[in-house]
Amino acid sequence: MTNTVLQYALYLVILAALAIPLGAYIGKVMNGEKVFMSRILVPCENFLYRILHVKKDEEMNWKKYAVSVFAFSGISLIFLFLLQMLQGVLPGNPEGIEGMSWHLSFNTAVSFVTNTNWQAYSGEAQASYLTQALGLTVQNFVSAAVGIAVLFAVIRGFTRVKTQGLGSFWVDVTRIILYVLIPLAVIVSIGIASQGVVQTLKPYETVDLLEPAAVDADGNILEDAVIDGDTVTVDGKAVDGAQIITQQVVPLGPAASQVAIKQLGTNGGGFFGVNSAHPLENPTPFSNMLEMLSILLIPVSLCFTFGRNVKNKKQGAAIFAAMFIMLAAALAIIAVNEHAATPQLAAGGAVDLSQSGQSGGNMEGKETRFGIASSATWAAFTTAASNGSVNSMHDSYTPLGGMITMLQMMLGEVIFGGVGCGLYGMLAFAILAVFIAGLMVGRTPEFLEKKIEPYEMKMAVLACLATPIAILAGSGIAALVPGVADSLNNSGAHGFSEVLYAYSSCGGNNGSAFAGFGANTPFLNVSLGLVMLFARFVPIAAVLGIAGSMAGKKKIAVTAGTLSTTNAMFIFLLIFVVLLVGALSFFPALALGPIADFFQMIG
Amino acid sequence: METKKKTALSDPKMVTRAVRDSFIKLNPKVQAKNPVMLLVYISAIMTSILFVVSLFGIKDAPSGFTLAIAVILWFTVIFANFAEAIAEGRGKAQADSLRAAKKDVQANKIPSPSQKEKITKILSASLKKGDYVIVRAGEQIPADGEVVEGAASVDESAITGESAPVIRESGGDRSAVTGGTTVISDWLVIQVTSEAGESFLDKMIAMVEGAARKKTPNEIALQIFLVALSIIFILVTVSLYAYSLFSARQAGIVNPTSVTSLVALLVCLAPTTIGALLSAIGIAGMSRLNQANVLAMSGRAIEAAGDVDILMLDKTGTITLGNRQACEFIPVDGTDMGELADAAQLSSLADETPEGRSIVVLAKEEFGLRGRNMSDLHMTFIPFTAATRMSGADFPGNEIRKGAADAIRAYAKDGGYPYSRECEETVTRISNQGGTPLLVAKNHKILGVIHLKDIIKQGVQEKFADLRKIGIKTIMITGDNPLTAAAIAAEAGVDDFLAEATPEGKLAMIRDFQSKGHLVAMTGDGTNDAPALAQADVAVAMNSGTQAAKEAGNMVDLDSSPTKLIDIVRIGKQLLMTRGSLTTFSIANDVAKYFAIIPALFLGLYPQLSALNIMNLHNAQSAILSAIIYNALIIIALIPLALKGVKYREVSAGRLLSRNLLIYGLGGIIAPFVCIKLIDMIIVALGFVGNI
Repeated sequence: MTNTVLQYALYLVILAALAIPLGAYIGKVMNGEKVFMSRILVPCENFLYRILHVKKDEEMNWKKYAVSVFAFSGISLIFLFLLQMLQGVLPGNPEGIEGMSWHLSFNTAVSFVTNTNWQAYSGEAQASYLTQALGLTVQNFVSAAVGIAVLFAVIRGFTRVKTQGLGSFWVDVTRIILYVLIPLAVIVSIGIASQGVVQTLKPYETVDLLEPAAVDADGNILEDAVIDGDTVTVDGKAVDGAQIITQQVVPLGPAASQVAIKQLGTNGGGFFGVNSAHPLENPTPFSNMLEMLSILLIPVSLCFTFGRNVKNKKQGAAIFAAMFIMLAAALAIIAVNEHAATPQLAAGGAVDLSQSGQSGGNMEGKETRFGIASSATWAAFTTAASNGSVNSMHDSYTPLGGMITMLQMMLGEVIFGGVGCGLYGMLAFAILAVFIAGLMVGRTPEFLEKKIEPYEMKMAVLACLATPIAILAGSGIAALVPGVADSLNNSGAHGFSEVLYAYSSCGGNNGSAFAGFGANTPFLNVSLGLVMLFARFVPIAAVLGIAGSMAGKKKIAVTAGTLSTTNAMFIFLLIFVVLLVGALSFFPALALGPIADFFQMIG
Repeated sequence: METKKKTALSDPKMVTRAVRDSFIKLNPKVQAKNPVMLLVYISAIMTSILFVVSLFGIKDAPSGFTLAIAVILWFTVIFANFAEAIAEGRGKAQADSLRAAKKDVQANKIPSPSQKEKITKILSASLKKGDYVIVRAGEQIPADGEVVEGAASVDESAITGESAPVIRESGGDRSAVTGGTTVISDWLVIQVTSEAGESFLDKMIAMVEGAARKKTPNEIALQIFLVALSIIFILVTVSLYAYSLFSARQAGIVNPTSVTSLVALLVCLAPTTIGALLSAIGIAGMSRLNQANVLAMSGRAIEAAGDVDILMLDKTGTITLGNRQACEFIPVDGTDMGELADAAQLSSLADETPEGRSIVVLAKEEFGLRGRNMSDLHMTFIPFTAATRMSGADFPGNEIRKGAADAIRAYAKDGGYPYSRECEETVTRISNQGGTPLLVAKNHKILGVIHLKDIIKQGVQEKFADLRKIGIKTIMITGDNPLTAAAIAAEAGVDDFLAEATPEGKLAMIRDFQSKGHLVAMTGDGTNDAPALAQADVAVAMNSGTQAAKEAGNMVDLDSSPTKLIDIVRIGKQLLMTRGSLTTFSIANDVAKYFAIIPALFLGLYPQLSALNIMNLHNAQSAILSAIIYNALIIIALIPLALKGVKYREVSAGRLLSRNLLIYGLGGIIAPFVCIKLIDMIIVALGFVGNI
């Protein structure tokens, strides 16, 4: 027991310890201050600006900044869309994989551009090396950079006084990739490759199975089959047309490099279909810890970057604390539920629940090399950050454990959230929180010494409510479409949870899935694609609007009558507002899904 | 004055009027102004239609249930209307009495102040800006204007409610007159400054009635939040219908949710409590200000008052009693104390200024010098003039003068007498103590110094300390020299002071504070205050002041009381706090409503969900009815709070927040659980719902 708790605590402590220095580093990069890599990277940076015709000291107003974001993402989207559809006729395709259908290509392109990495496709079967390298991996870098760049613009909006400029989008993106993402990705790639994550451009390999397996004429695996020479018998009866399989194709590819950035950039799109549960994507406990910490490393660091760059370190710490408390609570609930498992598993002593080691608890859908603690932590991290990579199948979690993963996405991915976007989303919630709290102390509200007026309020509610709107509207429509029920792996409350999870995952730009859900249908591809677009770009426009308006304002003096936004009360209030908006929006949906599931389970 | 204390809710006339108005406000045009209540209004219409349709057999819920929901929704709308109407009530009553004062009168128009006899009688309504009129005793002043000639006592009770007449005279800071007030004695020549329809009285009527009430920025921001929440709840209920259909189809049963129950859920979830009370809170805040006899020219100004963190207060009247008083005679250069007292008294016998009188009093109290008759001594009084800056008395062979140090110094020098070191030290010492030294000289020889002391008002130190706790700095504005000002400032406990204040100095100080991000409030009355008033964020002009000052300010204090600023800040804060607290309460309520309605809706689908029915409500229908009845009744229950405002205390922001969060946040979560359970028990006991 103590061991397990220590394991959870260790993960959290290492995370915070790494994030503080990284946060300061990113803050320096944002301001163009000198860092230890400047000597090597400044020439590279200047070279890039020269060939791209970027003016290094340009100050964009918020509209221009937003237009740059949209144009950049739009072009990426079109490029990726075409690349995937045409991959069959393009080089870099040793396996001869066909082009994607238009709807799958749309969904996948949107998914990677929005930093969601929802995967309606299976990497090893439907994406060529060229698509992986030129399309998906590139987007893993740039979509992450876009999120951080927008955050930088927002921070500048809060700190600048009576001005229009929020910095240059192009410079921000370049610096983030060059100074932050590439160096970190290199470190993590080497780390996980050392553990056995593959990194090769060779074709897939064929290997002999240790033990032959049998499939029927349609290719389905025959369970309990007895293979004797050329005959296959099940329960003593011979099966006609059964085939015996003795070899397996092992998909390979440049996985380590993509896995590193998919974790660091809160992308989450696995190189292989089963993501980090795959032994070649995440082979050992150490690679697991590296990948898991990479999920939250940048989002946590950015809290400290924020505090440093708004010259109010306490403010950054307060927001970190609010997020951290929610994360710890979510982790605790998931862990307790998974360790406790279900009455059904406990029935007749089928699973030994008396100990919390590797074999106790609800191990369905979890890898034995990770066990409950590392799986639950990953599940909490990946849904807190809008990462979406998985090392276990959330579909198989207990109803309440699974509900928490869903809820973290429904809250708008603000518990650290995606790189950049989690924090700017949280800042929008902070505006809502100070609005109500400010009124309660008899002042018109202000945040970081700037007055909050109708315009900021409009934009803040838009940013905070985009996710609930996208999820509710999307899943509501999906519930009415007759074909959707066919995509389900389960019926009843759990089946409904699968639909809800899919839309929550896309609405939170998370990308993880309840594994049972077959998402590659035209309706689901298109509707989930639209949900991802809405949930990504509406908040971006809204927070940039806030930044523009805030930059134009003067600062209000701080007095004893000013509501503190750095104390415990504010942290409590911020958590309260986030949970309240989430609970009010999703209580009915959750009641019909995981909550009903839970009550049915306990009978 | 007694009637003012009566609350609108305990006045049967106002209640009757408000009830009538709440039905008149069912007009869609009125409803459209409040999006949240519009949602309830549409829901009420929709359920009414559903009921009618259900009579013809097309229904997804029992007709009786639909009818009950429809009726409760209509009541919800009417309750919200009532809240607004009752808040407007007092203003309307006040407007009625103001209108009575605003009747057309005959005006005596004259071509110019010098031709007072050439009177043309015209109707007050046809007076133009710049016209001259003469108003004599017993006549009503026909329009707002500036006194250009004459002085008179004027009865302003029609506007201020204060029956004691006030003096209005040309020149100086008491030259503004208001149309609708009455001259009681003497006469005035007035230059008209505003035409019919734009007069102070017109503005006042519009303001108190709420006709000119525009939504303030903060109100708009809050409304955006409420609308956004409502949109989410519309989506929640619509998607819930889809989810329910989906789940029912999977379970192979009929969809258990009816449109009626979803509409009920929607109305319960929407922030109707704050939506219904929002405008009442704003109007009531305005009305509280009116009761304090302050007229705000816009709702914005009241909100700004809540944000103010610098109060610029005039020393005289706010911090100190109006007058300085003599407290000590200090002879210098070996003069006898008795001689000094005698001279001081003689010089002040005819001096009618408060300072002069206090010298006579001190001489009598300390030295038993009785008042003497000036004519017996053949004395002539020499009044204070700006040129000599001395006053005194001449009597055969002697002249006595008193005045400020530099004036008397010059006077002594004229007579060849020295200004001794001892004298100078005494003067400095008094100044350092915040006093005003007044030198007395007889026949050019300096006898001594009178110590005039500012008397700090009782309780101001505590008041300023309270203000400091809520983050408001007080700045004392005074014409005194810096030494005196510093001493008084220290004694009164103000945070800072502006000595030797000039209009430019005030303006510069306000700008300086504003550039550092402060919001500044000030009061003023004179024309030379106008630029500073126009610059200040909250500018309260005295009603007794000049027209220019009144126009530059965004509030007018009808009582012309310098301490009013502090009340205004309190009212502003209270208004914002009421808004915030009731919003929190309204949203916190939703938790209980969910627990009432969700299990009720899906009992047929997932019987296990009854575990969520923690209030143990009787059945699905009673649960929904109880929640929605609570939703309607809570509006009525909170009207008194909306009108009165939440309790305000001078404590730090943090403590205020924890207190209000506890009462309205936690209270908002708990209260509906208790109330809904009670309502459920009552409607079951009354047999309104059958056992289904």
